[in-house]
Amino acid sequence: MELLGLYHYWVFAVLLMIGFYAVVAKVNLVKKLIGVSLFQSAVFLLYITMSKVTGGTAPILQEGMVDPVFSNPLPQVLILTAIVVGISTTALGLGIVVRIKEEYGTIEEHEIQEIDRR
Amino acid sequence: MMEIVLNVLSWILLSAGGVFVLIGGIGALRMPNLYTRMHAASVTDTMGAALVLLGVMLQAGLTLASIKLGAILLFLLITSPTASYALASAALLAGIKPDAGRAADETRGP
Amino acid sequence: MTVLFGIFLLTLLVITAVAIVHTRNLFVAVMLLGIFSLLIAINFFILDAADVALTEAAVGAGISTVLFLGALALTTERERLGTQHRWLSLVVVTSATLVLLYATFDKPLFGDPDAPVHQHVAPWYLEKTPEYIDIPNVVTAVLASFRGYDTLGEVFVVFTAGIGVMFLLSAHSGGPGRRKREASGIGLREHLIPRVVGRLLVPFILLFGLYVQFHGDFGPGGGFQAGALIAAAFILYALVEGEDRTLAALPQNALNALMVCGALLYGGVGLAGIVLGSSFLDYSVLSADPVAGQHLGIILIEAGVGMTVTGVLLSIFHAFAARDRI
Repeated sequence: MELLGLYHYWVFAVLLMIGFYAVVAKVNLVKKLIGVSLFQSAVFLLYITMSKVTGGTAPILQEGMVDPVFSNPLPQVLILTAIVVGISTTALGLGIVVRIKEEYGTIEEHEIQEIDRR
Repeated sequence: MMEIVLNVLSWILLSAGGVFVLIGGIGALRMPNLYTRMHAASVTDTMGAALVLLGVMLQAGLTLASIKLGAILLFLLITSPTASYALASAALLAGIKPDAGRAADETRGP
Repeated sequence: MTVLFGIFLLTLLVITAVAIVHTRNLFVAVMLLGIFSLLIAINFFILDAADVALTEAAVGAGISTVLFLGALALTTERERLGTQHRWLSLVVVTSATLVLLYATFDKPLFGDPDAPVHQHVAPWYLEKTPEYIDIPNVVTAVLASFRGYDTLGEVFVVFTAGIGVMFLLSAHSGGPGRRKREASGIGLREHLIPRVVGRLLVPFILLFGLYVQFHGDFGPGGGFQAGALIAAAFILYALVEGEDRTLAALPQNALNALMVCGALLYGGVGLAGIVLGSSFLDYSVLSADPVAGQHLGIILIEAGVGMTVTGVLLSIFHAFAARDRI
């Protein structure tokens, strides 16, 4: 079980840095937004991993349960909010990218900076 | 007695579903062009999903869960052939010809 | 057995993420992002987070893919230039990964019931939900009632994103008099099979969305998931029948009204608490019996959340779909 837990955290670290690499190293703006989305998903994975209790079930009370063990509901609430906020910021970012494409004619960062410098 | 029969039956269905998913995956990798690959992948969507869902329905018994699983099966059987059709007609519109490629040359040989 | 399954799913996640970043074709990257969201939703379900799995599947794999595809239709489909500062980024990213990996050894054991996160607040919520609110789904109870203020903020964030996208994309591009709308509104009307199946499915998706909305008290569900599902039903209709017919079915004025009334309903329920003599967002005073008041409050605010999310997601979709391609 310990290997599984550590593996969850390692995958979180790797996914976080893959998303970060996409934001930093890629030139296309839509690729950067996809990287931000990966970064957010990695953070969600971390929180939900922390909420799991061994032998627990989903935190839904049912009748006839004898001394049940539940997984922690609090990180789930936080991540529910975070998912919806993430999609909102992604939608707004995509709107900005579409407008940049219409004004500059390109969505590659180098060329946008070139056009701005002129 | 009845439970043992139901258990064994559901294991058989689940394994058969797994085999079909594997066949679909191998086909999607090994087929020569887009249309044959789609044909192989549709095996996963229909036979694989149907057998796995039937196996899980047998495990769940006669409860609300198996009615929900039946509804999911119906939904999958309606939508995945439609998705294959949409993909194939989009590929045809994009200009990818349903030409068998290398496979046709191999069958024409001696 | 579940250990093996968990490790397998996580490895698939990493492989998919590497493929997403590596591919130069943005359409492929967006499709892989949809697969990534579904895989992580399965993982959430294995970790006992049923509500979160439903939301991630509906919002991440469904709506997010549609929005990215809409943006791709208006911009380019391939990355032209590739990577900048590749070696410096790799060095920074690798050293940060090593630091994070070193830090993971200090984390509490996976599933340990004595971990600090499971003390103080969470057992109090699990214990007091039957007493104060008495609904089976503890996550909905915490989201809607105990932490209702945060959810109010979230509804307003969604609303702000909606009006932000409408500000950005509502002015028509190309100057006045150049409205070639006929080409963009046709949809898939020439293809019979998707059209028939799509129109057959739309009422069932709407019914399922309503089910998820009202069933949020008793199982996984609630306003956000329901809003995403109902928006997905209308988006399916728009893809199959064309955007003009969808706007005839549910006009932009109705969407604006949905957005605004949802947020107002939530705020109104909060103010009703003050008017009836207690504090902001206290639902106990909405009815003679405090528990019945909590039930009423939760139903009203979940309806408000569902309305706002539906209105915003559909407005954003129409803003992208109606934009003329340059």
